[in-house]
Amino acid sequence: MFKRLREPDSEWVTIEIDGESRRVPKDETVAAAVLADRIGHCRTTPVSGAPRAPYCLMGVCFECLMEIDGIPNRQACMVPVAEGMVIRRQNGAGSVVGLQVGTEKDG
Amino acid sequence: MAEHFEFAVIGAGPAGLAAAALAAQTGVAAVVLDEQPTLGGQIYRSIEQSPLSDSNILGDDYRIGEGLVWAFRASGARHLGGTDVWMVGTDRGIGLASDGKARIVTADRILIAVGSQERAVPFPGWTLPGVMTAGAGQILLKSAAVVPSDGVVLAGTGPLLFLIAAQYVRAGVSLKAVLDMTPRANYVRAAPYLPAALTAGNYIGKGLSYMREIRKAGVAVTGAVRDLRAVGGERLEAVTYSAAGRRHRIDTGLLMVHFGVIPNTSLSRSIGIDHEWDARQVCWRPRTDEWGNTSVDGIAVAGDCAGIWGAQAAAHAGRLAALEAARALGRIDTAERDGQAAPDRAFLRRDRRVRPFLEVLYSPESCLDAELEDDVLVCRCEEITAGQVRQAAQLGCMGPNQVKAFLRAGMGPCQGRQCGDTVARLTARAGGKSMAEVGFLRPRPPIKPISIETLAKIEEAAAAMPDIEQA
Repeated sequence: MFKRLREPDSEWVTIEIDGESRRVPKDETVAAAVLADRIGHCRTTPVSGAPRAPYCLMGVCFECLMEIDGIPNRQACMVPVAEGMVIRRQNGAGSVVGLQVGTEKDG
Repeated sequence: MAEHFEFAVIGAGPAGLAAAALAAQTGVAAVVLDEQPTLGGQIYRSIEQSPLSDSNILGDDYRIGEGLVWAFRASGARHLGGTDVWMVGTDRGIGLASDGKARIVTADRILIAVGSQERAVPFPGWTLPGVMTAGAGQILLKSAAVVPSDGVVLAGTGPLLFLIAAQYVRAGVSLKAVLDMTPRANYVRAAPYLPAALTAGNYIGKGLSYMREIRKAGVAVTGAVRDLRAVGGERLEAVTYSAAGRRHRIDTGLLMVHFGVIPNTSLSRSIGIDHEWDARQVCWRPRTDEWGNTSVDGIAVAGDCAGIWGAQAAAHAGRLAALEAARALGRIDTAERDGQAAPDRAFLRRDRRVRPFLEVLYSPESCLDAELEDDVLVCRCEEITAGQVRQAAQLGCMGPNQVKAFLRAGMGPCQGRQCGDTVARLTARAGGKSMAEVGFLRPRPPIKPISIETLAKIEEAAAAMPDIEQA
């Protein structure tokens, strides 16, 4: 879907996206890194479980919520990547300190 | 004791940078707060360190940002990047968060310069992965040199659609189609405003040159497109639309849409600042005087968050707000303020002559008037459909705030930034009312995500937020 116009050089860092190691430019946001990685979607919705991907990339749509370094509901378009960062797709509502918050609505 | 700023500017785009730099020159201690780590806002995103090796891709207008950033750097004004503003109170308390830590500061004067956002216009399939805004595509290009790899369809209306198309052509991106949804009738309606627009700087000439670039590259540009639809299961597979009396289909994994921009008012609305409906720009904006002062003492707005006038106008509006701040803070007198403001006012008078033409030509009304099917999602976060909103309106919901209480539309993470105006429009139409009558969503702080843990650690919170304590 997307590609980088840049070639890898020393300014790249290693991150993990859904368990897979990736080299990405150090000034990218998590959302850009995820889109360039062709993972398709970054989360599923808490209401219907539909897949969603980043939509506005400027912090106003909240579609790119992901789990970053263990913290859920972070805006991937607002967070710059960092060496060793662990990024996961967020399925449903995400969890808080071991507590699963309502993933499906009743009825 | 809470940290105190003399002049806090929220937003590091053209309005904020110009305001902080000028205020600092008059001796005011100015600080710019911005959620991005780097200066420039969205329009000049990554201006100090572009990832693009070919600077011609973005064009000359982008480079204007360099001068603004240099002037800001030279002025001595401070920059707090990577800092979310999650609350501003009428007492000019400001809730900040950075690196997972929050604090409350205060300021003598606040300038809100948070720019615009793209207008959210729902259509069937708009939540599918593979559909995003044209502005999002431009941010990927500017900030990361990330571009579509297997082609893209651009659709909608407004100048940005042709700018991004031209930038993509320069970057060697394959454009499957540009679907221009501007109705032909708009050209006739806009024509009387063209002579004035031609005296406003080279906007029209630039627009035409983008279109020439696009056509020269062999890109298919289709006019008067209607009934756009994104088709797919788990992700976008195709785009369908009507043009020249029949239905068309383009297979594509990527669609970028644009329906103009509107002021980013979530912060100003959350403070309780008075807003007014702008029928020509089809958006809410804060009510201001000629210096950007709002209905709340000591809080001003400048740039596109105060009305869509464009990036160059934003810098001048920022300067006006800075002069007023310098006057209010005792650095200059009224005569000096008025004298220094004259060139900025002259620029704005000339620059704004292009707006009536653009506002009429690229009016989003025809896209908004399209009768939304009942099953189209309006609130992306809580997955509320147009049909549900219509039903709530028929039950007697008076406006978007009541619809929110009934349906949760606008209660999700985006706090109505995407659905607010659509819900209001559907409610207004069902009740035979105007947008001004049904009103706007009132978001409540925190307007940016902040964890309960972070919030709980603020020692000054209780003292700085008397409203919350009383509640």
